[in-house]
Amino acid sequence: MSSILEALTADEIAPVAEAGGGSILPLRLEGAVARIRGKTLIGPIDLTIGRRGLTIVMGPNGSGKTTLLRLMHGLQRVASGRVIWALPEGAVRARQAYVFQTPIMMRRSVVDCIAYPLILHGTARAEARAQAAGWARRIGLGHVLNQPAPVLSGGEKQKLALARALIRRPDILFLDEPCANLDGSAMRDIESILIQARQAGTRIVMATHDMGQARRLATDVLFMYGGKVHESAPAAAFFNQPQTTKAQAFIKGDIVE
Amino acid sequence: MRRLLKLMAISLAAALFAGTAPAETMKMAVTTSFENSGLGKVLLPEVKKDLGLDVKLLVVGTGAALRLGANGDVDAVLVHAKNAELKFMKQGNGLHRRLIMYNDFVLIGPKEDPVGIKKAKTAAEALKMIAAAKFPFVSRGDDSGTNKKELALWKEAGFDKADLKGSWYRAAGAGMGATLNVAAGMNAYTMSDRATWLKFGNKRDLALLFAGDPKLFNQYTLIPVNPKTHPGVRTDLALKLEDWLTSPKAAKLINGYRIKGEKLFTFNAKSAPE
Amino acid sequence: MDSIFQGLFQAFHLVLTLDPDLYRIMALSLRVTLTAVVIAAAIGLPLGAWLAVNRFRYRRLTIAVLNAFMGLPPVVVGLFIYLLLSRSGPLGVLGLLFTPAAMIIAQAILITPLIASIAHQAIRDLWSEYHDLLISLNATRAQRIKALLWDGRRALLTATLAGFGRAIGEVGAIMIVGGNIEYSTRVMTTAIALETSKGNLAFALGLGIVLIGLAVLVNLGIHWLGRTERASNW
Repeated sequence: MSSILEALTADEIAPVAEAGGGSILPLRLEGAVARIRGKTLIGPIDLTIGRRGLTIVMGPNGSGKTTLLRLMHGLQRVASGRVIWALPEGAVRARQAYVFQTPIMMRRSVVDCIAYPLILHGTARAEARAQAAGWARRIGLGHVLNQPAPVLSGGEKQKLALARALIRRPDILFLDEPCANLDGSAMRDIESILIQARQAGTRIVMATHDMGQARRLATDVLFMYGGKVHESAPAAAFFNQPQTTKAQAFIKGDIVE
Repeated sequence: MRRLLKLMAISLAAALFAGTAPAETMKMAVTTSFENSGLGKVLLPEVKKDLGLDVKLLVVGTGAALRLGANGDVDAVLVHAKNAELKFMKQGNGLHRRLIMYNDFVLIGPKEDPVGIKKAKTAAEALKMIAAAKFPFVSRGDDSGTNKKELALWKEAGFDKADLKGSWYRAAGAGMGATLNVAAGMNAYTMSDRATWLKFGNKRDLALLFAGDPKLFNQYTLIPVNPKTHPGVRTDLALKLEDWLTSPKAAKLINGYRIKGEKLFTFNAKSAPE
Repeated sequence: MDSIFQGLFQAFHLVLTLDPDLYRIMALSLRVTLTAVVIAAAIGLPLGAWLAVNRFRYRRLTIAVLNAFMGLPPVVVGLFIYLLLSRSGPLGVLGLLFTPAAMIIAQAILITPLIASIAHQAIRDLWSEYHDLLISLNATRAQRIKALLWDGRRALLTATLAGFGRAIGEVGAIMIVGGNIEYSTRVMTTAIALETSKGNLAFALGLGIVLIGLAVLVNLGIHWLGRTERASNW
């Protein structure tokens, strides 16, 4: 790791579930469908997200990657079918995190932005800010702690979003193309944080367009096509022997419509 | 400069936090003509000194003053419109009518008196001349005592309210001062109480043209609001004020009051209410 | 033209000679209006945020009514409050008519819709930006509104100052419910109306200039406070 990042200890990053108490995983989707005004966006979808690993969601534009992530996270209503967590509904909301493609920056300082999820859940302000400052420093935002978040660069914003997502040590982290439009060094920093988080036990589900990134990070792959899971396999199998013609074409770099 | 700013800030802060003295207070609705005369500024401090009574004045037209009394929102009214007062009494809103004093109305118009009302013998004749020439005349038009008086004079001159229309007769729908402002702007005739006219600061080309007709006398009456119909009013304070206003001391102050050397009011209280 | 110069002269003369009557009515103007603004902001800002965040059946209608109420005629509000507070009205027993409290109530009613409406627009924009994040972070409804109010505070300050501007210059409502009683409920605007009615136009204009100056000072003061806060935080 050549970056400005400092290593995060497992203790800081590992999901709360690892320290005791059950995980909200595995997550199962059974015939889950998302609709908007009667029009089916995705589904029916059946899949299981196990307790470990880093799943990459791939597929052409409009294939439903974002909708799938939002459906799992609960931002998109389930029109029919079921989304089932291992723990009851009340417990699962707080144990997930989501990083949006375009980071949403609150009009606050960097440290206050990162501390916000802790404060929401009752951590005292001073304590939350201290933890947030620690995170910011290790993630390479130490020099902009007190700057307003909306004026950060694209890479800094996405790092902030990642720190904000991880600070409550979720069982599962969803990311929607977090590295779109970022330069190489920012992308490397973000990938290294993701690898650390995965190693510490955080389940990751991430949509990406970047084939190289997918190969570097994935433990398994969901290939979306036409609003359905077209192919689902461990990473090595998917990249070496894709089973469907669409996936083969996609991996080769052909245009898949 | 800095010192001055500081002083200004302190003045403002002091005023901001100054408490109002918790003396006995009552509210009285008075007409604009009384307020504009400045007599209140002479009488009320004496009332406070003699009775320890803080009289808060609501300055409105007679119509509005009687309305406030009828709603029980004031403890007494000091007005000048006999017919409206009698109606007020008949509806049970007042305890009794007590004459206090009178002043008079005057006719105002352009300095050069284009219609020649200076030569008129009576107020009614003067109004007839204005109407005949269709020269602009500005009326209060606000149901005030002055407005009622004006309409009564027009009636005497042969004009009903319905006859008073056309571009020459303008109802301002405003207080005496605002009406004088309109008259000054239009260079028109109007009727005003003497006190407001004397104190008015925006006379421009207007002048006092006609006065002295006994019909122009303007009787001020104090009416304490009836506690039977309006429980909660401070009749006790209103009666104290009435006693004071009809005392020899008040007589001396009222008769002695002058604006620019002119006597305005004549004390005429009798020993008992009407 | 002459009157205008005299008005300017009167304004300076009044302010610099520390005329106690002037400072008394200035202070009452400030006390009434600032209190009304605080009350209206305490109601209007959360109401605006609440309307921006919640979906309910008559939301559009509520917002349309709120926008229409931004232009409530002061005289009508004054009359309404008068009828309520009159001794023969339903709230007559409170004895609030012709007191500063009545004026505060009238002004608060006048400006609450204005503040709520401007706040609603600002918060609605911020909410569309924050929506996904706050839902994702599992913020409760109260926490969402709190975050929107805090992060939208500068737009809300503008909304509040708009309310202040409308209230400090208002005369129709407070004339009716306050009564313009000297030493008791006379404020800058009613004093100006009174002096105008006496034909003392230059003096009235002088008071008007002082009033405008006062409004400008309050606005500058609040912006100055806003800036010191930004330096330490954001």
